[in-house]
Amino acid sequence: MLKRLALVLFLMTGVAAPVLAQQTPTTSQEKFVPIDQLPPEEKLPAAPFLISAYAIVWLIAMFYIWTVWQRVNKLETEFRALERRGHKDAAR
Amino acid sequence: MRKAFLPLLVLTGAMFAYAPVMIAGAPYESTMLLVQKIFYFHVPSWFAMFTGVFVAGLAGVWFLARTDERGDRVAVSASEIALMFGAMGLTSGPIWAKRAWGVAWQWDAKLTIALLLELIFVAYLLLRKYGGAGSEKLAAAVALFGMAVVPFVYYAVNIWRTIHPSNSVVPSLEPGMFGPFWFCVMTFMLFFLVLLALRVRVERLRTDLDELYRAEES
Repeated sequence: MLKRLALVLFLMTGVAAPVLAQQTPTTSQEKFVPIDQLPPEEKLPAAPFLISAYAIVWLIAMFYIWTVWQRVNKLETEFRALERRGHKDAAR
Repeated sequence: MRKAFLPLLVLTGAMFAYAPVMIAGAPYESTMLLVQKIFYFHVPSWFAMFTGVFVAGLAGVWFLARTDERGDRVAVSASEIALMFGAMGLTSGPIWAKRAWGVAWQWDAKLTIALLLELIFVAYLLLRKYGGAGSEKLAAAVALFGMAVVPFVYYAVNIWRTIHPSNSVVPSLEPGMFGPFWFCVMTFMLFFLVLLALRVRVERLRTDLDELYRAEES
């Protein structure tokens, strides 16, 4: 169940981001104001955006590697179980 | 490939560790300044995604033409990795856009087709997981369809009016930006290659295991 949930979350990562990011236009967005004329409280600092973008890229990569790792472990466990069963059958 | 895997893995790790140093040393773009540095991971992630899509599509053709299981293994592995790189591009892009455009997402041609491409590969993997026996052939066709969508994503800025920067950004980069950019592209491509090798191996192990189960049952 947890694995399925993790898979669905992974598949939806790329899909959810733009959908969540979609904004409804407000009246203030209807007129154009050049960015250098914006009041300081409306200017967004760049560093948090840069850091979060890199962090998300890393998290996605780490999450994917983790899922592959889990699959390798599961396969190895199944191989070992089969091997043990094979040895038992041979001993009989 | 097995012998080259470990050196490639070490090289990719080293390049990923060194990439932030190169990016920090790259000159600032005159209008976006610091936030433009997202470019060094955002664009290479799409390059790697497109490579994954092409590998998946071509492997799908190989599988359909020859009914060779190796083609199917490569196709499913490349699709999964392409989806991962696409997720990177689709998350880093809106973060950059929020700062640069003032809005994280616009339903313009380039962005929407890129999202559709990602959805095609979500569909591919869902089909592989829940499609049952025989879904490999249908999935190969889906991957081929995904490959046909790539030129639309790339050339959308030339065909339609979009908010996204044009394709001439990369050739017109300042000389100081070229080095870090191509370094990051190579890092992502190596990462793609390493992941593909690893993922194909997992797929082969799974096939071997299935054969062992079948042999045990008979």
